[in-house]
Amino acid sequence: MTRLLYELTESFRIAFAQIRANKLRSVLTALGVIIGIVAVTLMGTAIRGIDTGFTKSLAMLGDDVLYVQKWPWGGVEDWWNYANRPPIRPEDADKLNRIIEQTPNSLLEVAVPVSTRGNSVKAGENKVSGVFTIGTTADYGRLISADFSEGRLFNDSEAAGGRPICVLGFDVAEALFQNRSSIDQTVMIGGHPFTVIGVVARQGSFLGLFSFDNQAILPLEAFRKYFSVRRGAEIRVKITDKTRVADAREELTGAMRRVRAQLPGERDNFNINEQGAFKAQLDPIKQGIALAGLFITGLSLFVGAIGIMNITFVSVKERTKEIGTRKALGARRRTILLQFLIEAVSICLIGGFVGLGLTYGLVLAVGAAFPAIPVEFSVSLVFISMAVSILTGIISGFAPAWGASRLDPVVALRYE
Amino acid sequence: MIPSQAPAASRLTRPAGPLVIDIAGVTKLYEMGEETIHALRGVSVQIHRNEYLAIMGPSGSGKSTLMNMLGCLDTPTAGRYEFNGKNVASMIDDELADIRNREIGFVFQTFNLLPRSTALANVELPLIYAGYSPAERRARAIRALENVGLGSRLHHKPNELSGGQRQRVAIARALVNSPSIILADEPTGNLDSKTGVEIMALFEQLYEQGNTLIVVTHEEDIARHARRIVRLRDGLIESDGSVY
Repeated sequence: MTRLLYELTESFRIAFAQIRANKLRSVLTALGVIIGIVAVTLMGTAIRGIDTGFTKSLAMLGDDVLYVQKWPWGGVEDWWNYANRPPIRPEDADKLNRIIEQTPNSLLEVAVPVSTRGNSVKAGENKVSGVFTIGTTADYGRLISADFSEGRLFNDSEAAGGRPICVLGFDVAEALFQNRSSIDQTVMIGGHPFTVIGVVARQGSFLGLFSFDNQAILPLEAFRKYFSVRRGAEIRVKITDKTRVADAREELTGAMRRVRAQLPGERDNFNINEQGAFKAQLDPIKQGIALAGLFITGLSLFVGAIGIMNITFVSVKERTKEIGTRKALGARRRTILLQFLIEAVSICLIGGFVGLGLTYGLVLAVGAAFPAIPVEFSVSLVFISMAVSILTGIISGFAPAWGASRLDPVVALRYE
Repeated sequence: MIPSQAPAASRLTRPAGPLVIDIAGVTKLYEMGEETIHALRGVSVQIHRNEYLAIMGPSGSGKSTLMNMLGCLDTPTAGRYEFNGKNVASMIDDELADIRNREIGFVFQTFNLLPRSTALANVELPLIYAGYSPAERRARAIRALENVGLGSRLHHKPNELSGGQRQRVAIARALVNSPSIILADEPTGNLDSKTGVEIMALFEQLYEQGNTLIVVTHEEDIARHARRIVRLRDGLIESDGSVY
């Protein structure tokens, strides 16, 4: 046992002496591994980043909110079955709320109608196009988790009265008023004047596609006065217990069928969407991206591994006589095998450390330059990439090291 | 021809000790494509502790094959080989490696030192394989180097040493594990004649200290330093006798 320990220390000493003695060669070989490790770890951070982004985005939808909509999230193949469904009407939310009130121990808390459309918002010379405009009730405040950076949401009486007031998303407020307060300013939404009473704090974007900060929230009555709601709305229903989503969903389906006066046996003519279902849609995509990404970047690591194997073969060839001498002096097969394996692993580990350092720098740089791109460096990544480096060294160094360990000492000693 | 260094009758001959190497009827065949080469055709030799033996023979005589066999680098095709009573002929690679490590000290014509290691590190090498602790390795290696007169060259690398000094490092390496035999293959072959004489004087000193030496050479001058010469020709022993 101690003998193995001494052999190992000796092997590491030789490996580093060898790397020092062949600096250029070692650097070039390590470069292959460095590139491979950088590629793989960057992919790793990207995958983690995407994952976190997904989770964060899904959280924005709310894990305690069910969406009653005409269409399911994700694609449908038989779109004609959905196209003919009646639109969801804001009034349906009132009916739902009445049913919820009448149901003892209801798993549903409140139903909130939400009408949407795109509008441009102007204030003086400043204009923001494509603002996601929402018409809703004061209950909307119970759905969203975001804070207000200033002001507040409208209350019931303001909403019912259809007063031309609005709450802006953070980005819209910032674009229109920069550092000034937005409160009590008048903005033109779709050509109609509204008074700002609040600004929602920054929330970020959904999957990097859709910004929650690029929105304007209006009382439903005001929305209805100026914009058409014929295209239909959606109803967001907050549930009381997020561990019983399926039950809540079932209750909501029943309630909605009552609202719609659907006959037994008739298929639902609406859809109840929730983030869980969205997650189910996204997960395979996420895994696909991860797998493809790791495979492609893995190829570059594979090329690096071939470089290591090549250089280890060369090293064995060059030092055949030394191997013969060592065997004559009593080195066992294991000793020789370990020596060359450790040499290969050492180069890989050095490459792995440098690669990891580069990745860390790149992640910091990308994070600083493009905050929108989700990248995330983690401790587990350090351990995984070290393990990958060691594994690469062992796999690529094994064939040449094995060959070296089996050399006939007589032949090896005679080798010039 | 009377070699200038040929020692006079006054030189010491130690009484032979117990049997170390017992070879009987050893043959060795090599397959070279279609041809089969009989490198050894039935060789029997007994070597005792405290002997100083030279193995001579022209190239192709089987001299190198016998040396490899004695050094446990190779095993016979047929015949008996016992080293300190252990059957070498049936040993596997790692067992042979252990025998070489503990029982045999090699001295090569080309020194075979590790170029990037110091004299001390070179001499420590067999002790690593023997499993000695770093402190003990160092102490033993220093003693061995002092014994060959290189106490002041411990931290020199081979390229900082002369040919004679390199061979002394190699001899120290051969001695460091206190082996049963020291096996030297043309130890002066790569040295000028003056340095060669110094190395042979060192061998004489080692012999007097009680080491068992086997020198393989084709030079009569060198062989005559030994107390016994085994001459090979065509894979057979031609003569085996004492030197007076």
